[in-house]
Amino acid sequence: MTDSRPVLTMTGISKSFPGVRALHNVDFRLFPGEVHALMGENGAGKSTLIKVLTGVYGIDEGTVTLDGEQVAFNGPMQAAAAGVSTVYQEVNLCPNLSVAENIFIGREPRRLGAVNWGEVRRRARQLLARLDLDIDVTAPVASFSLAVQQMVAIARAIDVQARVLILDEPTSSLDAGEVAQLFRIMRQLRDEGIAILFVTHFLDQVYGIADRITVLRNGALVGEYPIAELPQLALVEKMIGKELDVLELMEEHPRQTATATEGGAPFVQVSNLGRRGAVAPFSLTIHAGEVVGLAGLLGSGRTEVARLLFGADRADRGEVQVDGTRTGLRNPVQAIDQGIGFCSENRRAEGIIADLSVRENMILAMQAARGWLRPIPRRRQDELVDRYIKALSIRPANPEMPVRNLSGGNQQKVLLARWLITEPRLLILDEPTRGIDIGAKAEIQKLVVQLSDGGMAVLFISAELEEVLRLSHRIAVMRDRQLVAQLDNDDTVDADRVMQTIASGAEHEEASR
Amino acid sequence: MSDAGNRFRTLLGHRLFWPVAVLVVMLAANTVYRPGFLSVEVNNGHLYGTPIDILRLSAPLILVALGMTLVISTGGIDLSVGSVCAISGAIACLYISRAPDQDNLVTVLTALAMALGAALALGAWNGVLVSVIGIQPIIATLILMVAGRGLAQLVAEGQIITINSGPYRAIGLGHLLTLPLAIFIALAAALLVAAFTRRTALGMIVESVGGNREASRLAGIRSGRVVFLVYVVSAACAAIAGFMMTANVSSADGNNTGLWVELDAILAVVIGGTSLAGGRFYLGGTILGALIIQTLTTTVYAMNISPQTALLFKAVVVIAVCLIQAPAFRAKFRRRRSGTPPPPQSSPQRQKEQVPA
Amino acid sequence: MSSLSISAPSWARLPRRHMPVLATLALLLVMYGIGVSQYRAFSNIQVVFNVFIDNGFLLVIAVGMTFVILTGGIDLSVGSVAAMTAMVSAWLLQSGLPALLVLVIALLIGPTLGFLMGCAIHFFDIQPFIVTLAGMFFARGMCTFISNASIPINDGFWTTMSQYRIGDPRGNFVSISVLVAFAVVLIAAYVLAYTRLGRNVYAIGGNPQSALLMGLPLGRTRIAVYTISGLCAGIGGILLSFYTLSGAPLIAIGMELDVIAAVVIGGTVLTGGSGYIFGTVLGVLVLGVIQTLITFDGSLNSWWTKIVIGGLLFAFILLQRLIGIRYK
Repeated sequence: MTDSRPVLTMTGISKSFPGVRALHNVDFRLFPGEVHALMGENGAGKSTLIKVLTGVYGIDEGTVTLDGEQVAFNGPMQAAAAGVSTVYQEVNLCPNLSVAENIFIGREPRRLGAVNWGEVRRRARQLLARLDLDIDVTAPVASFSLAVQQMVAIARAIDVQARVLILDEPTSSLDAGEVAQLFRIMRQLRDEGIAILFVTHFLDQVYGIADRITVLRNGALVGEYPIAELPQLALVEKMIGKELDVLELMEEHPRQTATATEGGAPFVQVSNLGRRGAVAPFSLTIHAGEVVGLAGLLGSGRTEVARLLFGADRADRGEVQVDGTRTGLRNPVQAIDQGIGFCSENRRAEGIIADLSVRENMILAMQAARGWLRPIPRRRQDELVDRYIKALSIRPANPEMPVRNLSGGNQQKVLLARWLITEPRLLILDEPTRGIDIGAKAEIQKLVVQLSDGGMAVLFISAELEEVLRLSHRIAVMRDRQLVAQLDNDDTVDADRVMQTIASGAEHEEASR
Repeated sequence: MSDAGNRFRTLLGHRLFWPVAVLVVMLAANTVYRPGFLSVEVNNGHLYGTPIDILRLSAPLILVALGMTLVISTGGIDLSVGSVCAISGAIACLYISRAPDQDNLVTVLTALAMALGAALALGAWNGVLVSVIGIQPIIATLILMVAGRGLAQLVAEGQIITINSGPYRAIGLGHLLTLPLAIFIALAAALLVAAFTRRTALGMIVESVGGNREASRLAGIRSGRVVFLVYVVSAACAAIAGFMMTANVSSADGNNTGLWVELDAILAVVIGGTSLAGGRFYLGGTILGALIIQTLTTTVYAMNISPQTALLFKAVVVIAVCLIQAPAFRAKFRRRRSGTPPPPQSSPQRQKEQVPA
Repeated sequence: MSSLSISAPSWARLPRRHMPVLATLALLLVMYGIGVSQYRAFSNIQVVFNVFIDNGFLLVIAVGMTFVILTGGIDLSVGSVAAMTAMVSAWLLQSGLPALLVLVIALLIGPTLGFLMGCAIHFFDIQPFIVTLAGMFFARGMCTFISNASIPINDGFWTTMSQYRIGDPRGNFVSISVLVAFAVVLIAAYVLAYTRLGRNVYAIGGNPQSALLMGLPLGRTRIAVYTISGLCAGIGGILLSFYTLSGAPLIAIGMELDVIAAVVIGGTVLTGGSGYIFGTVLGVLVLGVIQTLITFDGSLNSWWTKIVIGGLLFAFILLQRLIGIRYK
């Protein structure tokens, strides 16, 4: 499989930005007919390496050779023309254009200078058929699901006779079925001799599809390994660089007993809450001091449940009781009044205010609750902000720095602090650990445990089943926009059982309380 | 790099450095061209002189620009301020012109109250379109910008309303403590807006809504109310500016009162360092921007150039200021000038300095 | 977020995208119907021709604006650029240059300014609003710089173009301007639908970041649309000088608003990415018919035009909002 010459070689690549050395003397090679995973924590230099390769950034030092010839692309278009195509994490298509046009725009077949629309549509259908996708190619891309859009992006990428296909976190918004479909296509393309560079945060996926792994750390190369020679734990060690307590924490599965809250009165009681087109009516009870995990595939309605509970979307049926009193949660303001906080999964779009400082981001929710006529005295602000910067070890510990300058993990902690300052009784965390490095991840997990020990109720949503299992007292399982089961997280519950519930739906209904 | 060098860079990177520099250069050039430019004399217990004139004439623009700053900070824009100036001026003048005694203070105050009320209603209209119906601000206010001129003419029935009212004229030409009253009105408005935003949490909330509206909503901010509020404030500021404009000439012309003031106001805000994309706002910068624009206009008048041709100079200033403030241009300029990349430690610091506290 | 993934049934999709244009068409027909039912002279076909004759320049400029708005930008300079083009033509003709040379020089002004503005927008990343505002100031300043007063045009070519009537034996006619405007419309419609430039315009309006990552020439396209808008403003200026046979420093003030209104009423979404040249034609016709109706009425004053245009803008924007054409 890899006995041939590499199709792509990068040698001694260095790249600096003002004040930051993003890549230092990195070597990388890619063979035809392999899936090569590029691994590393956030900030390790994966994206930079890809951008250097495709010519988005210039190279400071080092050479790139494609098929033995030295190349220096001036942008993604030139790279694609030379057979190096990229599909990005966030689907980069034009939502207003048709599927067919999205595949061919920029290189439409033309007749006498005019775009030949018939040919565009015909070839688009052909190409999508190769990916087993039968959709209306004249419909605007915006009318399809993210997964389909991702496939369209891949169709676009492979149309140019790609020899190298770069997939930059293509799976982060796909559910398991969609990932399987993507993998099937990746294997098919690999067997056709295409070299695939695959970037992902999901370790399982790497071991599910990759042939070879290259690990980066702090902009430097750690090594290149055949998949068989690098067990999962070793990979994590190489990515982090040293064995941290973190790893032990990850391994020991400190599952908690489900008894913690049996006696207490429920804090939030939801009955038949639902919203047409978003989530079917569901009932859920959350006690003080309890961590309820919400498991399910992406698109199964997890986020929708969270948004209804927080009033971010308005429920069109059902009722909510807080402390036994019926109450409406029609908007976030009402939810916050009831002591509910919500960290959105979409940190950049729905979380941080990039322009504002760390301090302002932290006190925002509290200030909003007080109303703008009653500003929080500056001394109190500083006190609160200092306390949480310390407690959550936010770095850099400068409250006046604009939050956009912080790393993803630290931004997430700022958001947590924003809600912790309001001293909520229920904190809804939607994918709080996604896309952040392992150190920050462990810290956030630890925090969740501490908070619930302190009496706060937490609704914990994560795509990583393991994380949900480790933290939750109780697990609510979502499937196809329905809450299908609630499992007490005791010894009988493990990943397999949750997985089965997700797969088979209501079978385990009896197990719920 | 020496300490002094670093300090110089810090100064150069300050967001108000270039606006101040432009203003100083313009004043200096004027003084060279006409040595008496900066002289101020006392006459009848009032101060007279070009600097005073610049302050007095920039008052309406400052007012409009203050409201505009808040609107722009929320990520919006208010194109209708010129029309609101015209409408409020026309209503006030119409009421006064029909009154038996135009010098009656009660009459004038009633007129002002009516006109201000109308302006608040127009501001509320804009606010509803933007915050409730969710129309893009530039389009929502374009409606009133187009229709408002028609409304102003409708109020005045296509005529230019001339009045002869002492109290009303005072708004534009009166004096207080040797200085023109208009300066105090603008100053009071500036202080009021500053207190309104910085003494309360309104400023931060406005910036937060402008920086990321959905995130603000999820943090429990009632974004809609805030956005609604800034359009009402903007209209109120425009109405007062409209009074000044019409008081200056003791007449209201639906077609020409406040013509293009929205553009000047937006320009003043941008010169002052507030981004058109929303987020952080700087009231001081806005006032500075308004002064620059008025100084430019006065300079051009003083050089006996027709007011229309003054637009040429305005174009040059717009381009110059925008280029200087554009990060892309700064980067290119810096690279060309220094040849070698700047020492690594100075770059992050520069960035930090550019980031306002 | 994920509600995006619920796709509309196919029958609902097509009309939704075309609804603004259809609504404009319906409005136009209704207004014309009102005119015909109220005023006997309105049914005369020449009334329709006159709408085209009186608004030919507006149509051409609106076509250019459509390109800009489709990319999500805006061009405030068009009115001033048209005025400057007319002014320069009149001035050069007055100083005795041959008509053809004047035509060429005058037609270069708009694209040159547009190109420069496009470059400023692209290379220095300054908002189109501000850059074209500066362009507007500059062009208007140049007008008065040339002359404070209106310059009449006596040139033979210009007067021929102005007065030549293409018509049928019964006396109905159109001017050459109308033909020019039609030519511009057809070329623009072809460019938008069938050339890479046109498709790139839509792509950039849909999502500029994606367009860039898909390897589309973002900068070139952006600069091109402002150049096209400048060219259209230039052609519009020439047509304007045919129409008025003069160059006046204060002509076409505020025309950019009419043009933007026409484009929006024609169904082009101001955030970019959705709209048609055909819609813009309808939008201009709507404005023209409103003016005609108000003229026919006689009892209504001219300011009602502005109020009605404002009202229509509101109605159409509300319509766009209700049917939810917002891809962003």
